[in-house]
Amino acid sequence: MAEVTQYAADYVPPAEVEDVELYHAKSWITRYVFCQDAKVIAIQYSLTATAIGLVALVLSWLMRLQLGFPDAFSFIDASAYYQYITMHGMIMVIYLLTALFLGGFGNYLIPLMVGARDMVFPYVNMLSYWVYLLAVLVLAASFFVPGGPTGAGWTLYPPQAILSGTPGQDYGIALMLASLILFIIGFTMGGLNYVVTVLQARARGMTLMRMPLTVWGIFTATVLALLAFPALFVGSVMLLFDKVLGTSFFMPTIVEMGEQLQYGGGSPILFQHLFWFFGHPEVYIVALPAFGIVSDLISTHARKNIFGYRMMVWAIVAIGALSFVVWAHHMYVSGMNPYFGFFFATTTLIIAVPTAIKVYNWVLTLWRGNIHLTLPMLFAMAFIVTFVNGGITGLFLGNVVVDVPLSDTMFVVAHFHMVMGVAPILVIFGAIYHWYPLLTGRMLNQAMGHFHFWITFIGAYAIYFPMHYLGFIGVPRRYFEIGETEFIPPSAVTLNEFITVAALIVGFAQMVFLFNLAWSLFKGKKAGRNPWRATSLEWQTPDVPPGHGNWGKELPVVYRWAYDYSVPGAAEDFVPQNVAPADVKMAKGRGEPVVGVAPA
Amino acid sequence: MSIFSQLTEQPWLPAQSRVDNLYQGRGSAPPAARIGLKMFLAVASVLFMLLIMAYAGRMAFEDWRPAPESRLLWLNTFVLILSSLAMQWAQFTARRGHLADLKIGLLAGGMTALAFLVGQMFAWRQLATMGAFDVTNPAIAFFYLITGLHALHLLGGLVAWGRTADKVWRLGFEVAKVRQSVELCTLYWHFLLLVWLVLFGLLFSGNNNIAFVLAICGIT
Repeated sequence: MAEVTQYAADYVPPAEVEDVELYHAKSWITRYVFCQDAKVIAIQYSLTATAIGLVALVLSWLMRLQLGFPDAFSFIDASAYYQYITMHGMIMVIYLLTALFLGGFGNYLIPLMVGARDMVFPYVNMLSYWVYLLAVLVLAASFFVPGGPTGAGWTLYPPQAILSGTPGQDYGIALMLASLILFIIGFTMGGLNYVVTVLQARARGMTLMRMPLTVWGIFTATVLALLAFPALFVGSVMLLFDKVLGTSFFMPTIVEMGEQLQYGGGSPILFQHLFWFFGHPEVYIVALPAFGIVSDLISTHARKNIFGYRMMVWAIVAIGALSFVVWAHHMYVSGMNPYFGFFFATTTLIIAVPTAIKVYNWVLTLWRGNIHLTLPMLFAMAFIVTFVNGGITGLFLGNVVVDVPLSDTMFVVAHFHMVMGVAPILVIFGAIYHWYPLLTGRMLNQAMGHFHFWITFIGAYAIYFPMHYLGFIGVPRRYFEIGETEFIPPSAVTLNEFITVAALIVGFAQMVFLFNLAWSLFKGKKAGRNPWRATSLEWQTPDVPPGHGNWGKELPVVYRWAYDYSVPGAAEDFVPQNVAPADVKMAKGRGEPVVGVAPA
Repeated sequence: MSIFSQLTEQPWLPAQSRVDNLYQGRGSAPPAARIGLKMFLAVASVLFMLLIMAYAGRMAFEDWRPAPESRLLWLNTFVLILSSLAMQWAQFTARRGHLADLKIGLLAGGMTALAFLVGQMFAWRQLATMGAFDVTNPAIAFFYLITGLHALHLLGGLVAWGRTADKVWRLGFEVAKVRQSVELCTLYWHFLLLVWLVLFGLLFSGNNNIAFVLAICGIT
């Protein structure tokens, strides 16, 4: 329900708000390189994440080539293959998705959406990016050291991760762990900024419950990350000690080639607990910003207020809290006590409740909305479908009895790629099509955008639907080649070829997208102000793209929530957050104070 | 206003809108640096909590060999308590506006913290030269890891302390400007003392205290 009232008493004059001391760049270097402006840092984060993400994309092609056409490429041996899967997984999850959602979208959108001039600790924010870049460089360096990068799988399970037989056992694993430690330090600097900015630097009138869901999603994800990354930090430091100093935190007594190693007395399971205590919240660190962003995309492009705003906020918070008590569902096959498994299966299934609430609310927002099939909307709808698909296979895998036979099969690969690979990436694409005009003042090219969307959407299904089937018949994940195996029919081999071809085509479509980003920067249609006619603050800045300090002389004052779309009585189908009730333009013939009730 | 009542607001209702319009924004929020520090303390708490849990979890195994005790740690603990008291004194004098006393308190706090770090180094060396030293013994490895991370946090605190001291000696007469820095340092010092007391009491004071806790929880 929404109402427009026109009483002069509702008008709040802009008050003298004590302004912040703003950082001012003095030279080219401090403006574009060592810059403390969150918008520049956001772009730096995004470009770095995309660059290392492209490496991971190429690695996935190489993996698929090996799986689809075994032995056709002489340079892919078993060691190289393990290195590809390890680096692909780690880069995509941490260095691309986490960095892009929090460092990229978080930095750009939080200050603008809450009406702040910048992050509250700009210097620390800048440092955060440079430590992140260092982490990426250390990770990339592992491709060039003797032995190459680690091939321990992205979970890096000890003891095998640091023993001989695993590629990159000398330098690769040490660089990987060092890079993770750096990443976490850098992220913590940025994360403190995002959280404190949301808590402390909101504009006048911007109460917590008036914030767009994008901010809620990024905020909650950042809190999760701040509390979950220490587990990975501890695990990485301990594993690094085991590798470099010869301690035995995770290393049991091991006999290798008939010779007893120096290790003894450690517990490998302890690492699994630490890793997954980070690893499961990590899924939601990626998913919650996507949930938030997609809510805003759907509401804006369906010209309708988000259905059940409060429920959406509660669901985000509830999912965040629950995500800390489900980690051991990644460890059902580690030989745990059955009661333990029962507990974690229960908590895992409970998470489906707030998640389902969100899905219903997205669909109900579309219901009887004025749906514009713009590119952001297409991606948002593709996200809903994909997330439901991936989420439902998650319900299967959350049950111990179903998970045990499916564990370490292609079914798991299909599941997590759908739910935390494809789904969040679709949101990222939608968000880029949505906010590109804000960043650059130009629209992305429509034709290339549609080509990109349809190939990516349909292609993702061509890749991952058959993979579920492969998992059902027992094709294991992480195998270099299946070879002659009795229970695997020839159809699985042709299916693998099909998946590989699909993956290459989808990969090609991403090149079109990147080309579009560059091409539209110069040749794109001029967007003008607020091309999507959105209500949230980031589109209401005096300059587009927003200048340094975001808001010109006066900070905005907020008079309404972020979802006043299609308000009855108003002349336009959106009322920006910073328009005072007295300034709302009324539809013709309805000059009287109008109290309208929007269809819920 | 409690977080729960905020989360149940209905921002689309005109009545709520009138209330929300009165929200003052950043003017009514506590200083950013203080929230930031508290957030960081939460992150550091999680870090040390995970280490304690890992230690305790490992301890429940049958082959656990406790690390040899070090009496030096009692002395270090005492020094760290002194350090926290000195910082508290510095904060007290900063609020009163007594510059000379503030300098003494701040100096005493920093020097005792430094003394604690030196004491820790002696403890590390002491343990490393013992006959019972064995790098593969998890108890010993945990001791170095956990005390090392605590020392690193204190070292970071000393950087902030150095910046504060610099401010006090340069801008000394404007006590209002340095007060917040002193307060934040003091808060951090108290936090690290608390962490140390928990670590020391639970893990390193020797009396198998954590085994007792584990027994209560029914783990051993």
